[in-house]
Amino acid sequence: MAPDPHAPLLQVRGLTARYGHVRALEATDLTVDRGELVAILGPNGAGKSTLLRAILGLVANTGEVRSEGVVLPRADPVAVASAGIVLVPEGRGIFGPMTVAENLRLGAYRVRDRREVERRLARTFELFPRLSERLGQTAGSMSGGEQQMVAIGRALMADPKVLLLDEPSLGLAPRVTAEILETLRRLNQSGLSVVLVEQKAPLALELAVRVHLLSLGRTVAVISPDQVKSHDELARYYFA
Amino acid sequence: MTNSPATTSPDAGPPGLGSEAEGTPARSGLALVLGALPWLVAAGLVGAAGYLGGYLATIVAFALIYAVFVTGLNIFMGFTAQVSFGHNAFAAIGGYTSAVLTTTYEWPPLAAFAAGLAGSLALAGLIGWPTLRLKGHYLSMGTLAIGLIVYEIAVQWESVTQGYLGISGIPSLGIGRFEATGDRQILAVLTAIVLLGAFVVARMRRSRFGRALSAVAGSEEAARALGIDVARYKLASFLLSAGFASLAGTLFVHVVGYVSPEVFGLHMVILAFTMLYVGGLGTVVGPIIGALVISLLPETFRGFRDYQDLGYGAALILLLIYAPRGMAGLIDLAAGRKAS
Repeated sequence: MAPDPHAPLLQVRGLTARYGHVRALEATDLTVDRGELVAILGPNGAGKSTLLRAILGLVANTGEVRSEGVVLPRADPVAVASAGIVLVPEGRGIFGPMTVAENLRLGAYRVRDRREVERRLARTFELFPRLSERLGQTAGSMSGGEQQMVAIGRALMADPKVLLLDEPSLGLAPRVTAEILETLRRLNQSGLSVVLVEQKAPLALELAVRVHLLSLGRTVAVISPDQVKSHDELARYYFA
Repeated sequence: MTNSPATTSPDAGPPGLGSEAEGTPARSGLALVLGALPWLVAAGLVGAAGYLGGYLATIVAFALIYAVFVTGLNIFMGFTAQVSFGHNAFAAIGGYTSAVLTTTYEWPPLAAFAAGLAGSLALAGLIGWPTLRLKGHYLSMGTLAIGLIVYEIAVQWESVTQGYLGISGIPSLGIGRFEATGDRQILAVLTAIVLLGAFVVARMRRSRFGRALSAVAGSEEAARALGIDVARYKLASFLLSAGFASLAGTLFVHVVGYVSPEVFGLHMVILAFTMLYVGGLGTVVGPIIGALVISLLPETFRGFRDYQDLGYGAALILLLIYAPRGMAGLIDLAAGRKAS
């Protein structure tokens, strides 16, 4: 089936995922259009990470995931990644013993044209100038914020249609988190579609066009960020 | 999931990859000298063996054959971070195929080697294809089984392998009219093969293929999320390392001129593991220096007589305590490179 340029970049219908016999995600829907940043909020264990991993096919799942109308296989992460759905996993998933350069090049692993890889590298350095000074450093020896930059940079090397980010602020100082989110804002403003999973609600509310609230593996509400201005209001949605 | 580490377990990754960090010029000069050290030691040992000949030459020849075997094992265990207890099976197939075809059927050694290699790769594909898709220890258990099965076949299939009696009268290594006879020629041929193997591995490590293997070693899930076909790379790594094992088996039977099932028993796996860990997992020179040191170590304790095994054991324990990343890792440390 040919891609339909008018269909959403990412459309998830009734996605259910389980770890063994434990259901971690129940019939979840999610739609991301061009240039949208959609946030997924919820407490620990709500199924936020599972949602992203299920979209990729990294966890056993059923349901339907489409990109530009094309149905993506449910147990083939390579095919999903090739379709331009790229995940920055929780905990960053960078390769500690490898250098920054090797990590970044692995992001463009599927690209065989060297000039294209160099072009993407240059674009990544525009976004994260600090990385261009650290190319030979082993990624594992960098600070948490720099590692997150490597992780996001590596995902961008794949030239994603939709970037899935799993708690980029995890374990980072507030100042570093702000820097990372500012980069995300710029990326999003330049047209990149993003699904952002966060536990820190205020950060996500600032950037998102829509917010999905997850609890115990279910979507409890899909709201506009204007509807909630405080933690208390957010809490009300959960207990409503 | 929330308390996953900030990086994909840097300790579990191939240690050798850390050595690619670029240091200051003075430091990289020192690193270069120290990096050359294991190569120089290896060259010295092989040179001495060639000069002195006799028993030392025999031991060093065995060590070089093991170096080929361990270099292959290192591709799978060091660079891809998988475990195999059954690579002796591929050495046995290579060795026995060479032995049978060159004696009973009078094939030239090179053609017999090719047949053995094909057999080893076929078997590796057969067990690798289903098991490498599974996570955890299924593959390790599968490889252990295959090593034991091939050993049993070598014992029981007497009409071909002559059982415990073994096959003797296997011709020397040779291509066309050239035949490697005498210690020096054998050592020269083996050294050339070991260096070629090391060159292939060094090139592989820096290639796209090598980076993909490192990614699989670092985190299978992160590799998958990047669109790397993890199962395919694990299989390719398994086949490549089985090929090295098969070559080692062929070399062994030609150098010794005799083969019996014990040669490729479980003790071969244990010895190879020791060489790999002592030399340095995930480094290019590690398997070579490990094979030489572990082959020569028991001999250095011969003067202890009854306490020879005790001395050897104590030396091994000390090595693994003070050089947990192997001798190649020790040199990285001395050169002040950042341990990753």
